[in-house]
Amino acid sequence: MALTPDDVVRLAGLARIELTAEETSTLAPQLDLILDAVASVSQVATADVPPTSHALPLVNAFRADEVKPSMPAAEALAMAPRAEQNRFRVPRILDEEAR
Amino acid sequence: MADSPTTDGAITGAVTTGDAEILTAGATELVAAMEAGRLSSVEITRACLDRIEAVDDQVHAFLTVDAERALDQAAGIDSRRAAGESLGPLAGVPLAVKDLFCYRGMVTTAASRILEGWVPPYTSTVVQRCVDAGMVILGKTNLDEFAMGSSTETSAFGPTHNPWALDRIPGGSGGGSAAALAAFEAPLALGTDTGGSIRMPASVTGTVGVKPTYGGSSRYGVIAMASSLDQPGPCGRTVLDTALLHRVIAGHDPMDQTSIPQDVPPVWQAARSADLSGVRLGVVTELSGEGYAPGVTDRFARAVAALKDAGAEIVEISCPHFKYALGAYYLIQPAEVSSNLARYDAMRYGLRLGDDGEHSAEQVMIASRGAGFGAEAKRRIILGTYALSSGYYDAYYGSAQKVRTLIVRDFENAWASCDALISPTTPTTAFRIGERLDDPLAMYQADLCTIPANMAGICAGSFPAGLAADDGLPVGLQVMAPVLADDRIYRVGAALEAQMEHEWGSPLLSRIPPLTASSKEGLR
Repeated sequence: MALTPDDVVRLAGLARIELTAEETSTLAPQLDLILDAVASVSQVATADVPPTSHALPLVNAFRADEVKPSMPAAEALAMAPRAEQNRFRVPRILDEEAR
Repeated sequence: MADSPTTDGAITGAVTTGDAEILTAGATELVAAMEAGRLSSVEITRACLDRIEAVDDQVHAFLTVDAERALDQAAGIDSRRAAGESLGPLAGVPLAVKDLFCYRGMVTTAASRILEGWVPPYTSTVVQRCVDAGMVILGKTNLDEFAMGSSTETSAFGPTHNPWALDRIPGGSGGGSAAALAAFEAPLALGTDTGGSIRMPASVTGTVGVKPTYGGSSRYGVIAMASSLDQPGPCGRTVLDTALLHRVIAGHDPMDQTSIPQDVPPVWQAARSADLSGVRLGVVTELSGEGYAPGVTDRFARAVAALKDAGAEIVEISCPHFKYALGAYYLIQPAEVSSNLARYDAMRYGLRLGDDGEHSAEQVMIASRGAGFGAEAKRRIILGTYALSSGYYDAYYGSAQKVRTLIVRDFENAWASCDALISPTTPTTAFRIGERLDDPLAMYQADLCTIPANMAGICAGSFPAGLAADDGLPVGLQVMAPVLADDRIYRVGAALEAQMEHEWGSPLLSRIPPLTASSKEGLR
């Protein structure tokens, strides 16, 4: 099964990444080769093998629910691309409706 | 310097610019010299900073150096020591930190344009423990972008060069930390290991690097790549130094919910033993043969013989599913990457492009991520998005998770008949910069031997095993041990180190060609 440049454009869209035409034409054959190489996993992944999502058997690490000082707003906002009135300022989110 | 720390005479010859006695000394020797009043932390720190100044434009191990802050810390330690305070075991020793660890007030980039200039408002647990132990932070070291790579070439800020041969890669992703050690710019460094990013650079630079048991050291404040695999760990020039740093950084942290609430294994004690009597080591059958460079195969065979001389019993062990590990890794890792890197959305921090009132938040996000991520990051995010998409999930991600189970079982079977497994750390010595950059599959092969340990969450380390006969470059031997048996890694490493020094007459790094000072002297 070949991964086409159109597939790559669609996946990049899902991942919210802009690609140039050149990037798309380089990535499609590369990803196709990688997928071909990793497909070997299905050879041994039979129905009787349970999946492992995590190497450790740890579950539910709890800690005491204590009130502690939080990071001051000024520090949290210090690296914001834009801030206003002690808040993050972001571009408009209601694009389709506004146009 | 008349009253200098005691070092092996031969290794000082590897440094011809700067204070060779200080720069080549191990952390243990530096601490002894400070405690005896023969050296101050300021002197040691200044020697490292001068060395960075002299040679780092050739090596490019560092992305950020904060001389003023480092010298302040060093002076603070010196005055506390003078006041008779009881200090940590590495107090006053300089440290290089991979630029994936948040350190409050110091630029932290993950070697990505998307985080260029970002200053974190908090400090990672591992770095905080080093600071609390009195270590002096020199600066941040280069890495592959978001730690994705095996060569440090995918850094947005240019590659790091291997001090053994400047046209070669220093390994990756933690090539900056390993190169800083091999270039004698710092005695100790921090790394993170998701598929071999501590061990593979250690192997190709002739240094030591250990990936602790998953959950053995805290991930809090480490920029996340693949959360079920990422693990911070120590890098050093000697086994004992590395174990000391391991002891400082490891242990339970309530801020990381995958942190193991148990004591740190006795790594420091293990690093002081060179005897392997009663230890059974398994050579992994599948990690040899085709694709392994003759120089690597030959050095590995000789290292195995040396471990036998140190008292180990050697057996051969088959781990039949290791050959599927690379494939499973390059599904699971990108899947976790695609999810973790979704946080770079141009809203609260990081690069934001096109915010001109004309574009929506989504358009700004798409443009910023397109410009902010490099080629490898995009490749893996898109691959992960594909592996997780409905219709392909079971065939790819689901199968990869099953392979993970099979790898865990291979290790469990192995532990029934040996105490630790050994293999080459990476199939070849350092390749040339640029050689594999356009061939992702060839690049991924570099992690062939290191990936199984991450998949199973066990501990593993790489130790110098001599120089390959064909190209004269370092070869590493990998040791893998069960969960929370990190001390076994150090015990085998210490034995190999002693055997190698006996065979070669001095530490391997004494053979490194000396770097000459650049012409840009006196910039600071």
